[in-house]
Amino acid sequence: MKKPTPPAVTKVPTGIQGFDEITGGGMPRGRTTLVMGGAGCGKTVFALQMLVNGARRSKEAGLFVAFEESSKQIMANAATFGWDLPELIKKKVFFLDARLSPEVVKAGEFDLVGLLTLLGAKAKEIHAKRVVFDGIDVLLGLLDDPIAERRELYRIRDWLLEMGLTGIITQKVGASTSDERYGFMQFMVDCVVVLRHQVLDGAAFRNLRVVKYRGSGFSSDEFPITLTADGLHLVNRSPIELAYEVSDERISSGLPRLDEMMHGGYHRGSNVLISGAPGTAKSTLCGLFAAAACERGERTLYVSFDEGAAQIVRNLRSVGIHLAEHVKSGLLEMYSTRTRGPNVADQFSDLRARVRAHRPRCLVIDPLSVLSAKIAHFAAADAAQQFLDLLKRDGITVVNTSLMEGLSTDETTTTGISTIADTWIHLSYVVQDGERNRALAIVESRGTGHSNMVRELTLTDEGVTLSDAFVAQGKVLMGLARWEWEQGARATEQSALVAAELRRVQLQLAQAEASARLQVVQKEIATRGAELEILELAARKTAAPIIKRARGATRRRTAGAAR
Amino acid sequence: MRKTRAHQGLLRLRLYVAGNAPNSLRAIANAKAICGEHFASGHELEIVDLLEHPRRALADGVIVTPTLLKLSPPPVERVIGNLSDTNQVLLALATK
Repeated sequence: MKKPTPPAVTKVPTGIQGFDEITGGGMPRGRTTLVMGGAGCGKTVFALQMLVNGARRSKEAGLFVAFEESSKQIMANAATFGWDLPELIKKKVFFLDARLSPEVVKAGEFDLVGLLTLLGAKAKEIHAKRVVFDGIDVLLGLLDDPIAERRELYRIRDWLLEMGLTGIITQKVGASTSDERYGFMQFMVDCVVVLRHQVLDGAAFRNLRVVKYRGSGFSSDEFPITLTADGLHLVNRSPIELAYEVSDERISSGLPRLDEMMHGGYHRGSNVLISGAPGTAKSTLCGLFAAAACERGERTLYVSFDEGAAQIVRNLRSVGIHLAEHVKSGLLEMYSTRTRGPNVADQFSDLRARVRAHRPRCLVIDPLSVLSAKIAHFAAADAAQQFLDLLKRDGITVVNTSLMEGLSTDETTTTGISTIADTWIHLSYVVQDGERNRALAIVESRGTGHSNMVRELTLTDEGVTLSDAFVAQGKVLMGLARWEWEQGARATEQSALVAAELRRVQLQLAQAEASARLQVVQKEIATRGAELEILELAARKTAAPIIKRARGATRRRTAGAAR
Repeated sequence: MRKTRAHQGLLRLRLYVAGNAPNSLRAIANAKAICGEHFASGHELEIVDLLEHPRRALADGVIVTPTLLKLSPPPVERVIGNLSDTNQVLLALATK
């Protein structure tokens, strides 16, 4: 006897980012999914999003039966997510306000036969494929009888099966409710999703866990969820294949000398981290990058935390960086936001929405460390990682800054940001002789050669310059020290020149003196010679005979002496 | 004038049921019994099968079955359940 193989579970995509991935396609088709959770976990949003996505993307009409909130309230909620419910309601989504007025008198047991009949008729009319029973516990609680409650839940499940509808039943889980009841519900349905709300160190985190999925594999981990401007989505922690395209294209950092240091600029699609102490011109480098991107005609998003856009534009103008025109043309979007509350995951979602809306090629986040400081919780770290991965996948070049006093590796590994960065530029103050100067160094740069030299960054009204590293006596010299050293060196050189000149002059003088002396001596020689001649002539004339005698005598004398 | 008052005093009820579901059948029996016993002098009990008239039920805002509506005299009252709790039914229908 061969057992008939049960039909394979087919799945209905919820369109909820992350959920369809962890369940391998969505909710079980034609079955009941139970969504459980405390108040404010996002049960209604989850269910409504499934319905809206079904209507919009899969062209599947749906019914929403609201037992707890009025249709009006739900529509107002939906409006905050940008889901145009009134438009959808016309054709694709039917709302049934199934709240009982508080004045209703209960006189005995009741059932959902009538309700399901009504819904069945409506489902056929609009060809609905999906149904949500939101907050049915409110109604069934009136039964005040667990057995009757179970019976009605079974009734819903069987009705869904019979109608071939994919259903969600949301169920509040409070502290007072017994485990037994929910144990039964989990047993009854084909898929159970538990939403949880927890507060860690004052930060609120929402999590989602698939507890059960009959006939299908699923990831049973707890996943962080975030509520974004366009709904709820899961932060998927499953390993993402890191296989994005890498580019060899170089784009300018906006600072020609820096481009030179990195053999052509930043890599397109890379992540550049600029770290440094406050006031080391991190924002200036961001501004240069943004301006250069806009000048290339590339859409750019400049995200700043806790500093207004106007202020940034003004400050950058003071160092010759002009962003206002690009903002005007729409090429550049300045987005200033506060670090609101402790939930970083939500902030990354917010940023993601901004990126989706503006579609930039270049992105500045100044400073990212505002967020990274709070990345202690894994959910937040995931959110950061996922956000940066997304940017990478889209080939967006990111320049982000990080407030960092020193290059302490401990600090940077905990934030994790530096490990994500492809290029890491560190700015610091170098204090020499009572003066602070800005120094720029490239700490690391993957896939590119780069100068290891520390250079000096100077900001003036005309702009930003990066001076060649000036090394003297084994030290990089900057600012006044550099100037002084240069002056000193120049003076030494000068004095050497002067000394040489002096020596030359002195030597020349000496030489002149010598030759002058020589002339005098020669003259003396000549004079003495002439004198001598005159003297000899006179003597010969007047006293020739005497001399003759004298000569003879002299001759004799000399002969005698010689003897 | 007398006619109007009599009309005002007339108890008009509408009971929505769902085919022959047990609670619905029980509600019909209970409604009839209560009316016969307490409002024998003047009442009008309309029984509507929701399975046959879903639109009417929707218009009346009926969500669960059975649902008993007291249409007059005002105020309109709504009772859910199979009407086995006679005291609750009588409280709701109290015509004072």
